[in-house]
Amino acid sequence: MTENDGLLLLALLLLPLGTALLLMVVPSRERSAIIALTAASSLAMFLVSVYVFLSYDYGDPAQFQGVRAWTWMENVGILGEKGIQLKVGVDGIAAAMVLLTGIITMAGTWVSWKIEHRTKDFFILLYVLAAGVFGTFVMLDLFFWFLLYETAVLPMYLLIAVWGSTRKEYGAMKLMMMLVGASILIFAGIFAIYTEAGLGTFDLEALFGADYPVSFQKIFFPIIAVGCGTLGGLFPFHSWSPDGHAAAPTAVSMLHAGVLMKLGAFGIIRLGFQVLPEGAEFWAPGLLTLGIVAALYGAVSALRQTDLKLMTGFSSVSHMGYVFVGLGTFNAIGITGSVLQMFAHGVMTALFFLLIGAMYDQSHDREIPHFSGMAKQMPIWAAFFVIAGLASLGLPGLSGFVAELHIFIGAFRAYPIVGGLAVLTAAITATYLLRMFAQSFFGEMNPAWSGMREMAWPERAGAAVLAASILWLGLWPSPWIDRIAATVEGLQGVAL
Amino acid sequence: MNPDLNYEYALLLPEFILAATAALVLFADAFRQELRVSRRLLPWLAVLGALVAGVVSLAYLDRSDDFAELLTIDDFTTFFRVLFAAIVVVLILGSHEFVERHVRHVGEFYALLLLATVGAIFMSAARELITAYIAIELLSFSLYVAVSLTLGDRRSGEASLKYVLLGGVASAMLLYGLSLLYGIAGSTQYAEIGAAFAAGTADFEWALVLSLALLIGGLGFKASAVPFHMWTPDAYEGAPLPITAFLSATSKAAIVALLLRVFGGPLLPAIDEWQWMMATLAVLTMAFGNLIALQQSNIKRLLAYSSIGQVGYMLMAVTAISFETSSALLLHVAGYLVTNLAVFAAVIAVHNRTGDERIAGFRGLAETQPYLALVLTAGLFSLAGMPLFAGFATKFILFQAVASEGFLWLSVVAVIASTVSLYYYLQVIRQMYLYPPDGDAARWRPSFTALATTGGLLLGVVFIGLYAGPLFRLADGAATALFV
Repeated sequence: MTENDGLLLLALLLLPLGTALLLMVVPSRERSAIIALTAASSLAMFLVSVYVFLSYDYGDPAQFQGVRAWTWMENVGILGEKGIQLKVGVDGIAAAMVLLTGIITMAGTWVSWKIEHRTKDFFILLYVLAAGVFGTFVMLDLFFWFLLYETAVLPMYLLIAVWGSTRKEYGAMKLMMMLVGASILIFAGIFAIYTEAGLGTFDLEALFGADYPVSFQKIFFPIIAVGCGTLGGLFPFHSWSPDGHAAAPTAVSMLHAGVLMKLGAFGIIRLGFQVLPEGAEFWAPGLLTLGIVAALYGAVSALRQTDLKLMTGFSSVSHMGYVFVGLGTFNAIGITGSVLQMFAHGVMTALFFLLIGAMYDQSHDREIPHFSGMAKQMPIWAAFFVIAGLASLGLPGLSGFVAELHIFIGAFRAYPIVGGLAVLTAAITATYLLRMFAQSFFGEMNPAWSGMREMAWPERAGAAVLAASILWLGLWPSPWIDRIAATVEGLQGVAL
Repeated sequence: MNPDLNYEYALLLPEFILAATAALVLFADAFRQELRVSRRLLPWLAVLGALVAGVVSLAYLDRSDDFAELLTIDDFTTFFRVLFAAIVVVLILGSHEFVERHVRHVGEFYALLLLATVGAIFMSAARELITAYIAIELLSFSLYVAVSLTLGDRRSGEASLKYVLLGGVASAMLLYGLSLLYGIAGSTQYAEIGAAFAAGTADFEWALVLSLALLIGGLGFKASAVPFHMWTPDAYEGAPLPITAFLSATSKAAIVALLLRVFGGPLLPAIDEWQWMMATLAVLTMAFGNLIALQQSNIKRLLAYSSIGQVGYMLMAVTAISFETSSALLLHVAGYLVTNLAVFAAVIAVHNRTGDERIAGFRGLAETQPYLALVLTAGLFSLAGMPLFAGFATKFILFQAVASEGFLWLSVVAVIASTVSLYYYLQVIRQMYLYPPDGDAARWRPSFTALATTGGLLLGVVFIGLYAGPLFRLADGAATALFV
């Protein structure tokens, strides 16, 4: 990537923001204009994100590429030279996450066209959310990083409370207060890091290189990790997640479970592993423990759920547990696996929520026992569902396998017992998914649902893009692995 | 007259303009039949006067003069002069319809607003204790009367009476504290008090602690810091909405200016004696202001407690006083003023239509008036310190400055308090977006001036939120004047 590609990284932030602003002036009854605008904008974001991912040069020794900075505020008050800059740039991890966001934003846009209630307002908020997510992945200035991180959370309240279902007000308020509450810890961490570094700048690259005493790192790493981890569904701070997911409208669940939760894990890497590496090394076993507990707990809880969306919500907690296990191994293969898992889980869970939404809009019922023989009624839908499910339980050839394999190897290297427990979790995952397939998809057709129709075209297209990503990562993972591993191996203190 | 002193009256031109406008407004109102002027003219006259005063103030940029050793005219004063003049302009533009309908004695109303502004400016400019005290009283007396001007609402008179009585007690405390301070330091001049402390000649420890406690108590009352906040919710509720806005904007900012001048100047050498008091006051104010706000069902009371919480953040910055925190505090105050005025302008515009002061009165606003709902949402999110809006940027910088002075725990308390505040701001946002309108569901349009003021303020809130640089530089210049 060249410096000029930094403009494209900035475009990833400005495109959704600009779209949101444009939408504000489009009259709400002009549905076709709204659809055309969002179609064009989401396609543009997708193409830019593909370009960013492909053009990231993993052979280049420069860890951050496409770096470009615009002076924002400097030499004023507490700020010194380069105090706050609008600075963009990606490493291999961020490049993969940008691609994930591009894919899911586009698919999420497509499936949201069928929303009837205040469509325009929905898209405005959705695109503000997307801007926050893209921005967090590409920002290399701590002030803007956190500003956009919070921006990604901000629209969730209204998105869930206005357009959601099932206990939406409760889910929205719980999610909002837990996430903003967790941000208190991130605030504390940022204030402490800035003060301790004493550089007078929020430039992340400068903060990576600053010197922090080991005791300081040991105190503040867990604070950052819990603060960011809450958004990532880190056990035991995950309880907003199943409720929030169950309540959220389809596209919001997709973006939220697919991308927003990854911001949490990404934050742990950016602020934790990259700024406070010695603290991270010290606390890695703790992260690993919480991760494996979450994986097991989420899987066991998913076994007990009858609401399809709650089951997926707990499944997300379980899969995000793998991410923390991978991070906690503190070896290159485990962390690489954990980033792969972020991507794999992102596309897979987005596909799940897309499909659940496609069904729920017709049935207004998500109780698994109420369904049977759905594969006869909606074969395409069921086929996509099976792809997502098989990816989720780690079938070779699909995305989940690649990611989980890396994590398991990393875990066996670090702590064999954890590796064993992780494999056990995969078995439980297979149990609840296969059981659900058997119950709902096969067997006698339940005549109550004979009126259900196959997915609409935008939904099929969205599902196809997501399924293609699952297959691509499963069959030819090296584009991801090369980029991610190049960055992970550069992390300080990580065992190769 | 002492010939050694500088009596350059031109230094006080903006205040003369404001006071003359006030007199003119009163005169025009009293003789409006003889002069054949409409009452409609009065707000425009007041706006014009404030506008001219604000513009004239800019002529004093980069100067540092004193008037008879009573007032300092430097960038710090200019900063507040412009802010306070702008507040009057925005406030009158946003509320003149409200005033026509809901306020007794319109002429007096505008005159008091202008006179209170003069008092506020003198609070930021004073360099001597007695002048500072007189400035505080000018502001307070104007507001005591203004609070009672709501038409046909008995709560208004009650609020005013409560405010006067408690305000009198606070003034007594303040005066006692000031006289003790004079006794200890041997002068009422800030500079000489500072010199006395620095030279160690002012070493009456218990008298000093008592004097500081009385001083902080008295000023804390005027700033409505917990536990001296009892008058605030009643006064806010009884006062006409624009006066409520003024109480939460100008009068808070003026106290901050005075605190910075006094505690960043003459009392800085005695910081060990007062820092803990200020820290306690800040924590109590942040905690209780925000916690009690959770239970309110009236929008004015909600905003009253929210402004108490906001004062807590400002007191916290005074606790950790330094050049850096002062410049961050000035930035935050300016951002807070813009945000708060945006909220009040929107509330006033809605109130003009609905006449409802309950939070539930905002039901369905997103359908009947989506634009005002947007302004209000942006304003409330900004007050809560959410990103894209002014509150995030200014709080981030303020809290970071406080943390950098070694008060990380205080800024964490402040972030927790902000998070609590988000909950009650969301209650208002919930009413607007989640529920259908109660009665009349027809779309309506606010007046042009309401649209223009809210629009301008909304732009300000977003601009500061994304690009606080220019404002920060101005704040920094003002703080530099303080710490030369």
